[in-house]
Amino acid sequence: MTQAYLELRRNTVARDRSLREKVISLEQAASLVKDGDRIGIGGSTLSRTPIAMIWALIRAGRKRLTCSRGIMSSDGELLLGSAASDHLITSWFSQGIVWGVSKVMRLYIESKRARFDEWSHMAMGLRFRAGAMGVPFLPVRSMMGSDMIARLSEIREMACPYTGDRLVLVPALNPDVALIHVQRCDPYGNAQMDGLQFMDIDLAMAANKVILTTERIVSNDQIRRAPDQTKIPFLAVEAVVEVPFGCAPHECYGVYEPFFKHHDMYAELMRKDPAKGIAEYLDRYVYGPKSWTEYLDLIGTEELLDAARRGRSIYDD
Amino acid sequence: MTTEATSKARASNHTASELLAVMASRLLKDGQVVFAGVGIPLLAATLAQRLHTPGLTILFEGGTIGAFVEPGKLPPSTNEQRCTRRANMVLSSTDVLLLLQRGYIDIGFMGGAQIDQFGNLNSSFIGDPDNPTTRLPGTGGGNDISSLTDMIVAMKHEKRRFVHRVDFITSPGFIRGGTSRRDSGLVVGGMYRVVTDLGVMGFDDESRRMKVLALHPGVTVGEIQDNTGFELLVTDDLSVTEPPSGRELSVLRHLDPDRLYIA
Repeated sequence: MTQAYLELRRNTVARDRSLREKVISLEQAASLVKDGDRIGIGGSTLSRTPIAMIWALIRAGRKRLTCSRGIMSSDGELLLGSAASDHLITSWFSQGIVWGVSKVMRLYIESKRARFDEWSHMAMGLRFRAGAMGVPFLPVRSMMGSDMIARLSEIREMACPYTGDRLVLVPALNPDVALIHVQRCDPYGNAQMDGLQFMDIDLAMAANKVILTTERIVSNDQIRRAPDQTKIPFLAVEAVVEVPFGCAPHECYGVYEPFFKHHDMYAELMRKDPAKGIAEYLDRYVYGPKSWTEYLDLIGTEELLDAARRGRSIYDD
Repeated sequence: MTTEATSKARASNHTASELLAVMASRLLKDGQVVFAGVGIPLLAATLAQRLHTPGLTILFEGGTIGAFVEPGKLPPSTNEQRCTRRANMVLSSTDVLLLLQRGYIDIGFMGGAQIDQFGNLNSSFIGDPDNPTTRLPGTGGGNDISSLTDMIVAMKHEKRRFVHRVDFITSPGFIRGGTSRRDSGLVVGGMYRVVTDLGVMGFDDESRRMKVLALHPGVTVGEIQDNTGFELLVTDDLSVTEPPSGRELSVLRHLDPDRLYIA
């Protein structure tokens, strides 16, 4: 009965939680993820998506990953198109509303080549929070009366033992690995995030392992000067990878906005023929480049600078 | 002016999405706390904030409290940094959604792909959910918003979108009418208004069926019924909305100069 909780505790105790340096390469980080792992993806929609880490997992040929995220965008499409994942757990999945309903999502889900479990956005958040709290579920007052419940085998309803209120119970999500991108962290994994946090803190504390990618690595002294800005503690973090523009073509708050031209190009490619489009995109942008730097080269300096100029403008008066 | 003439004037003056955004913005009241989805709701709430409800507080599911979206910088979803510009606070998406459950929100404001006579919204499947014709993107925060607060839905008025019964209830309205919403465990909230490019609808207090409250200029009851896949109730004191003013349209176009939302 308490096996899942005891195992979670055992996994946590077994981790080296000491204050130690853990900076590795993107390729080394990819080897920390095993085929079939349950992955939690940080950020939301086009924001702070750990694209570089997903890119590295696809290149490493990972398969059968179950991926959960509050809201999924083109990250989910790359994972399906590359067959790295065949099971997504999320509340919303398409590239973005301005590009319409995702053709790649439709291709994979309608043909049942992959599974898309739909939970409400708050339910996703509470599943990560329950995971972070070390409890097996949390109650919520939404999802009742909807047709979503009947399609989710893991969901339960109950009457509150105190008040008799009807509640939906959502089970904890404790991913094997959380992939989270931040603006800065130290070599130990003390992570500071600017702007919207989404579900990342709960996700980090829920996961059995956190792989942090970061725009830049700063010193532990710098972290200690503003500990109130640290959102994820080193003791939850397994690995740190420095990847500038690690969310491209998505956004990293205050550093760069979404690469809109690239997104338009991508959407156009998928619109014509999603099967061919995603294969072509993966060949060109994921399998083709020798390194992350070469990937950024392919996207182009003009787009990079445009996204960075817009991103940094959030701090202008 | 005849109906036809008004229609023509309407067509030449503004697009259907512009009309929708303006009419939707007028439903918000000063001082309200509104939880807005991306697209027309975000734009209409921002328009209201700039024109007639300066004290409107706009929340986004990405984690923004008190948004003040800049003209020409509309976000591609409610999760990007553009949503936070000049906001009062950012917090986690889970915590901003929990404000709905705690009861801080007056109005949820969303778009919709498909709606039925009881105001249930479908954004998950077209056709049989087991073998869908189209898998749609899903609920996002829509289910949480519609479960926990009063709702305004802004959408295009088309027969294929206004159906007798949605293929799938993603975001509950009044479920099967009557008391079925409360009976299913949803003790608060419900559909308040549906605003379209043809008119403004509410819901009957007893049966919870959709009811026409107002028509936009030049629209007839026949026209709105012809564009609806179920029988609409019509209120006894049916009114006609004021056409969009020049100021409403100019501020709207200033907010969305690239026509990202107002296609």
